[in-house]
Amino acid sequence: MAEPEPFPPGTGGNLPPLTLHVPEPKYRPGDAVDYSDLSIPPAGQQPRPDETCAASDTNPLCTDLVRVLDDQHRAVGPWNPRLDPETLRRILRTMALTRAFDERMYRGQRQGKTSFYMKCTGEEATSVAAAFALHSDDMVFPSYRQQGILIARGYPLLEMINQIYSNRADKLKGRQLPIMYCSKEHSFFSISGNLATQLPQATGFAMASAIKGDTRIAASWVGEGSTAEGDFHSALTFAAVYNAPVIFNVVNNQWAISSFSGFAGSERTTFAARAIGYGIAGLRVDGNDALAVYAAEQWAANRARANLGPTLIEHFTYRAEGHSTSDDPGQYRSAHEREEWPLGDPINRLMCHLIALGEWSEEQHAAMDREQIDEVKAVTREAEKNGILGHGLHHPFATMFEDVFEELPWHLKEQSEQAIRERAIKWPEHPA
Amino acid sequence: MSEQTPVRRLNMIEAINDALDLCLANDPNVIVMGEDVGFFGGVFRATAGLQKKHGKTRVFDTPISECGIIGVAVGMGAYGLRPVPEIQFADYIYPGLDQLISEAARLRYRSAGEFIAPMTVRSPFGGGIFGGQTHSQSPEALFTHVSGIKTVIPSTPYDAKGLLIAAIEDNDPVIFFEPKRIYNGPFNGYYDKPVEPWARHPDSEVPEGRYTIPLGKARVVREGEALTVLVYGTMVHVVQAVLAEKGVDAEIIDLRTLVPLDIVTVEKSVQKTGRCLIVHEATRTSGFGAELSALVQERCFYHLEAPIERVTGFDTPYPHSLEWAYFPGPVRIGEAVDKLLKG
Repeated sequence: MAEPEPFPPGTGGNLPPLTLHVPEPKYRPGDAVDYSDLSIPPAGQQPRPDETCAASDTNPLCTDLVRVLDDQHRAVGPWNPRLDPETLRRILRTMALTRAFDERMYRGQRQGKTSFYMKCTGEEATSVAAAFALHSDDMVFPSYRQQGILIARGYPLLEMINQIYSNRADKLKGRQLPIMYCSKEHSFFSISGNLATQLPQATGFAMASAIKGDTRIAASWVGEGSTAEGDFHSALTFAAVYNAPVIFNVVNNQWAISSFSGFAGSERTTFAARAIGYGIAGLRVDGNDALAVYAAEQWAANRARANLGPTLIEHFTYRAEGHSTSDDPGQYRSAHEREEWPLGDPINRLMCHLIALGEWSEEQHAAMDREQIDEVKAVTREAEKNGILGHGLHHPFATMFEDVFEELPWHLKEQSEQAIRERAIKWPEHPA
Repeated sequence: MSEQTPVRRLNMIEAINDALDLCLANDPNVIVMGEDVGFFGGVFRATAGLQKKHGKTRVFDTPISECGIIGVAVGMGAYGLRPVPEIQFADYIYPGLDQLISEAARLRYRSAGEFIAPMTVRSPFGGGIFGGQTHSQSPEALFTHVSGIKTVIPSTPYDAKGLLIAAIEDNDPVIFFEPKRIYNGPFNGYYDKPVEPWARHPDSEVPEGRYTIPLGKARVVREGEALTVLVYGTMVHVVQAVLAEKGVDAEIIDLRTLVPLDIVTVEKSVQKTGRCLIVHEATRTSGFGAELSALVQERCFYHLEAPIERVTGFDTPYPHSLEWAYFPGPVRIGEAVDKLLKG
């Protein structure tokens, strides 16, 4: 009798061939869209555990969808933050101003006033409503589509435009790509173009606050696409290990440039469910419902402040426009996706809610829209006095070499002298 | 330093530990973190006893994630802390490069000075310990190529303490590479002979208390007339031994800081001797020696009496069994010196 083979045979034989799964979005340009298989529970049905609950108590919420505004524009259920009408109007105005600002800046880029712009259309609630739920000195580590936080915190539009135009009044001295703002005064960390790097930094900031025995917390934002970065997983590991008072907001707007969320793993589970594996609290919210976003952010902030550690919030939303001014979404996705997005538009939904409460009207809304368009136009004109990109009104050449180090080392001094020498040759009409 | 300052004989590890201890004691914003640095005190013992003395929230272990370690250090810096993360081996630093290069090094610039990253990343580097290709690398040139990072490499216990304190107090991110081959004694490249302990070396006399060695200042190890040697880390001791054995009157310059480089000391010496030897353990192509060679050529060309010589590791991964064939030891250095003096 032959000895049995110690191992099963290797390759070959009659094994079925392996196949590689490459995710494919459901709809491409021109396709009709059918969202009927998207699970959207009714508003008000999701339980709201106490902020002091065990992290695992939130596990069911990681695959649910926290919703407050129902189809009749009422605020319902345990997650209703019960905000007074004035606060609701402020959130509405801030979201609308963010959209008006986006429209004007987008147009400015098309008119050649700057090199680049990124709108947050359709996602305003994920930054504005979240910002309203945080304290003004809660440190935020944004990604590149959270201009709504700065606007909510009262950062002057003029400074934003100066930055976008990289002009001589730009506080960042014309060094950063447009929209990569920074304002320590507004507890708004410097935006990086490298994705997800802000997440471990937010964790570190929160750890530092805990090390010092202070009370500040940190909140960060990241797109669903860049949750694939190692930084995301490092940040969640550190936050879990040290129980850091930090909030991770994952803005799931379905698209990372042209790659749909399947390339970040959405075909298998939700992004909120990442929290389960790390043993931290997780919530999945309707990102187009400003009240749900507010309630979730407030829940996470209260939890962090109570020294109960990190929360991951997935904001389920839709990127209504292109990734940036350099992108044309008509090349890769169906335009019907936006038109038929079943969670609607965040501004429209909050407007309808306020109207249903008798605290707002379509006339007031239209008047606000007109005022905001005029306001942004006026500020834009003001900013243009400081220059637009490429029209000579920039910071002095020597500033290019400042802030590389605290002090200017010899090699940068030499290179600075060279730049100034070159300037006299290249632009003799503008010496010095 | 007053004459009364007590002096102890320390090896490199003890000197580094002393610097960390002092910084932790003097500045409540200094924190030390890294893989195994807490209770255990580090795989090379550099942080031994520090957690017990300064507490678990000042000196602590981290997850095995260099990206996370450097990333949280950036956030801590933004808060106002002065983190001193340890990367257990320089070979492990690569997962942290995005946080170092795109974030820590650029933060002051991109925020126009609103935020800084005053971190000192300590990491043992270099070979000669049979560490194979993942425990022997010298990746300093990756960092000298990045604007916004200072790169510091001590070669003695005295310098290690003074430079580390200066690095921790510095407001820019610093990569502090510790030549692990000389942690316990000034290894001179003669691998078949026993290494003298630091105790018999004059630079193991380390004063108690705070002193700093300014970043960006080289040390003239030995004055000489025949040629200039530009060197740092372990190779300082190897070069000293080889040139002493050959009886060459060399001027040996321990650069100590690669960026910002002490160009004045380099120029002065090469203009005096007219001959320049550059020695590092790192691989040759695009190594820091290439930068040094270009600078000397640009600034001292009319004083040169022979082509600049570079002695380096080979452009291969660091081999395990053939470590001493790879290492730029006495034979390779000796040949280069002969060539340089003949020219």
